[in-house]
Amino acid sequence: MTDPSVNPDTSTPRRAIDVVNASLKRRYAKERRFRLLGATAVGLGLVFVLLLFADIVGKGYTAFQQTYYRLPVTLSADLVDPEGTRDPRTLARADYMTPIRQSLRQLFPEVKDRRERRQLNSIVSVGAPQLIAEAVIANPDLIGTTSDFWILADDDIDMLVKGYIDRNAPESDRRVDDRVIGWIDRLEDEGRVAKRFNTIFFTHGTSREPELAGIAGALMGSFYTLVLALALSFPIGVGAAIYLEEFAPRNRWTDLIEVNINNLAAVPSIVFGLLGLAVFIGFFGVPRSTPLVAALVLTLMTLPTIIISSRAALKSVPPSIREAALGVGASPLQTQFHHVLPLAMPGMLTGTILGMAQALGETAPLLMIGMIAFIVDVPGGFTDPATVLPVQIFLWADSPERGFVERTSAAIMVLLAFLFLMNLAAVLLRRRFERRW
Amino acid sequence: MNAWTLTLFLLAVMAAAYHLGRKRAISGAGGIDRIKTLHSLPLYHGLYAALWAGIPALLLLGLWSGFQDQIITALVTASLPPESLDGLSEGRVGLLINDIRNLATGNIVSSTLTPGIQAAADQYGRLQQISSWTKWLLVLTVALGGMGLALSHTEPGMRARNRVERIVKIIMIVFSSIAILTTLGILLSVLFESLRFFHAISPLEFFLGTSWSPQIALRADQVGASGEFGAVPLFTGTLLVSAIAMLVAVPIGLMAAIYLSEYASRGVRAFAKPVIEVLAGIPTVVYGFFAALTVAPLIRELGTSVGLEVASESALAAGLVMGVMIIPFVSSLSDDVINAVPQSMRDGSYALGATQSETIRRVIVPAALPGIVGGILLAVSRAIGETMIVVMAAGLAANLTANPLDSVTTVTVQIVTLLTGDQEFDSAKTLAAFALGLTLFMATLTLNVVALTIVRKYREQYD
Repeated sequence: MTDPSVNPDTSTPRRAIDVVNASLKRRYAKERRFRLLGATAVGLGLVFVLLLFADIVGKGYTAFQQTYYRLPVTLSADLVDPEGTRDPRTLARADYMTPIRQSLRQLFPEVKDRRERRQLNSIVSVGAPQLIAEAVIANPDLIGTTSDFWILADDDIDMLVKGYIDRNAPESDRRVDDRVIGWIDRLEDEGRVAKRFNTIFFTHGTSREPELAGIAGALMGSFYTLVLALALSFPIGVGAAIYLEEFAPRNRWTDLIEVNINNLAAVPSIVFGLLGLAVFIGFFGVPRSTPLVAALVLTLMTLPTIIISSRAALKSVPPSIREAALGVGASPLQTQFHHVLPLAMPGMLTGTILGMAQALGETAPLLMIGMIAFIVDVPGGFTDPATVLPVQIFLWADSPERGFVERTSAAIMVLLAFLFLMNLAAVLLRRRFERRW
Repeated sequence: MNAWTLTLFLLAVMAAAYHLGRKRAISGAGGIDRIKTLHSLPLYHGLYAALWAGIPALLLLGLWSGFQDQIITALVTASLPPESLDGLSEGRVGLLINDIRNLATGNIVSSTLTPGIQAAADQYGRLQQISSWTKWLLVLTVALGGMGLALSHTEPGMRARNRVERIVKIIMIVFSSIAILTTLGILLSVLFESLRFFHAISPLEFFLGTSWSPQIALRADQVGASGEFGAVPLFTGTLLVSAIAMLVAVPIGLMAAIYLSEYASRGVRAFAKPVIEVLAGIPTVVYGFFAALTVAPLIRELGTSVGLEVASESALAAGLVMGVMIIPFVSSLSDDVINAVPQSMRDGSYALGATQSETIRRVIVPAALPGIVGGILLAVSRAIGETMIVVMAAGLAANLTANPLDSVTTVTVQIVTLLTGDQEFDSAKTLAAFALGLTLFMATLTLNVVALTIVRKYREQYD
């Protein structure tokens, strides 16, 4: 194109540099556009991270506080402990709702109508009596006295106090009507309404009532599941990695195993749930919705991750270590266990922690093996029915009550905090023990 | 009296065996000063005894726990009076057995009590008792027997180390075959149930039918429960959601990878790369929550404000969020392959006067293309198999549509819906889930194999 004969109409021959110079402006503009595009993509990625966290935290931080009323409650002895035995079982079964209702009636003497009274009673959570029962069992001297108790509010009132219910909306669209809002405002003016730290969220199992629902059961379920999954997958993963990396002859069989492991790492997790349902539950009769069956499924799911990272860790140990050990007369297995394994351990542990983090966040396969059962009790062992934290999140996200939205977000925050800690541990481990040979 | 206590007992026996084996080896050598006369260190003699005590007993315990339930159920079923089973379908027998089991463990029973069932339940309980006792007895006998056998072998000349090492090696081989067993297990379980499904419903109807409503009539005259199993709407729904996800993930992920590996300063890269990869570590249920409660209402509001009709569970919301989830997947894989392109190719291009973006577009991307395509295929396979986001944000209605604002359902959503909730294990509805699972497994497997082959070929090219 720089051949002058191509441009017969120009009197002077055009030089290549002129052509280049003429196009430079356009090319530089293109360069800037491309660069901007790249920066936008990176920026978008960062914005998504920020949005996600802002959304979750913004929705959920209020769940760590819960609305209570400070009410003077008279625990008359003939209602709570008529026989005066102070037997914890009698105390646990006694009627504490009546004293709470009496207290409310004293505060609002003008409420006479039956329907209105029922409405007044409903501002207190159905779980409130149980909290008083716990206080009384801990301190039986409260019987026969009048003292101020923190009474748990109903979830609708909790939402009202936290400002999630629009007071200007038409009354028929609101979960709380004007009369109740008036009562709550009066209680607030008297300084009887307070938001206190939500201990129930961390100490109770799930519940149909948002104000009584907690993550303790799901956390324990996740804990049992992870402990068992770790106990199974770590030895198996490390053993398999050592064999495949150090001892296996290179033949078709080991090639097959290798391809297999790489493929298993990319199989959708829900397929592992089908496997668990058909083989572990259907064939071997492992009890449904227990940490045991969940751990078995998650072990199979995380094994490829652990094996792949363990093999990488073994690969990074220089051959001179092995040669030296063999040279002074160690057997091949002694070489591995006494010399190579300790050096590869940090890398293996990092991979295992990441695998466990993946297992902690996994939901889909656990839905297949019955972990979505509604279980109120906190599990106490590997074969108790349980649910796990991500499944609890899934279940709460499906619940229509407004109170569950903030609880779901709060549970997500707890889950993310655990994942963050695990990843931090993995990073620190790698930093601390990483060696360059 | 459960298996956990027994396992603890076994561990105690193993510890004892280790101790005894060690002791015996030392005394056989004639005291701690003369252990040089042993072939192997006392440690190995101890381990040898512990392995002999533990492994056979553990195997027995595992097998017993795995099969005890089936055998007892078979025995109880056989002992039921034959006339009570006459004319009962397989499912009804299962219910009956369930009742017996519940009765034996003292739970609530659904059907009325008959003396026959009561007797069967008593027998069930009795058999379970017997089984439990025999298990303890047998397992402990085997453990102690193994220990005795090992100890009787222990003598100074025994090659304990070699034997222990051989056992350990066999254990490691077994461990590495678990990966194969898992694949086999997946294949067999979905294949077996799918074959039963395809007996009832023809594969042609399944793969080519366009109407999906997996309700099986409970009564003959029930309305709207015809049970249609045409899976095409599920396939198109899956493809639609995945396509939206890839439209988000591929441009953003690829451009981010290019910018971070070619333009960004060291500081920006050190900050942005890990932050974007945080997206990959967030559990999918969190994305599902985000999609269902934040993105979907937002899209609906936006759509209605410009006069579009948007379903509350639109494919767009699920697809967008899934795309965000996949961004780090695409970007880190592309980052790897872009970094693997030799510097000499960049230098050559710059020497000819190309700008940086021209180098990237005309030299680096074409050179890295196979690796990038492989990475994108892996991302597609992940999008197809993704479950929680679509379960929470996409709908259940099997619409055959290409409109992203409409509600669609996917293969994974249907698997979850069919297998959670009330089910009988052998109804066509449940089996359909396994047929869908088989389809899903095969599709992702093919994608993975192709992608991994491409990536590997590409790596060899520049190594």
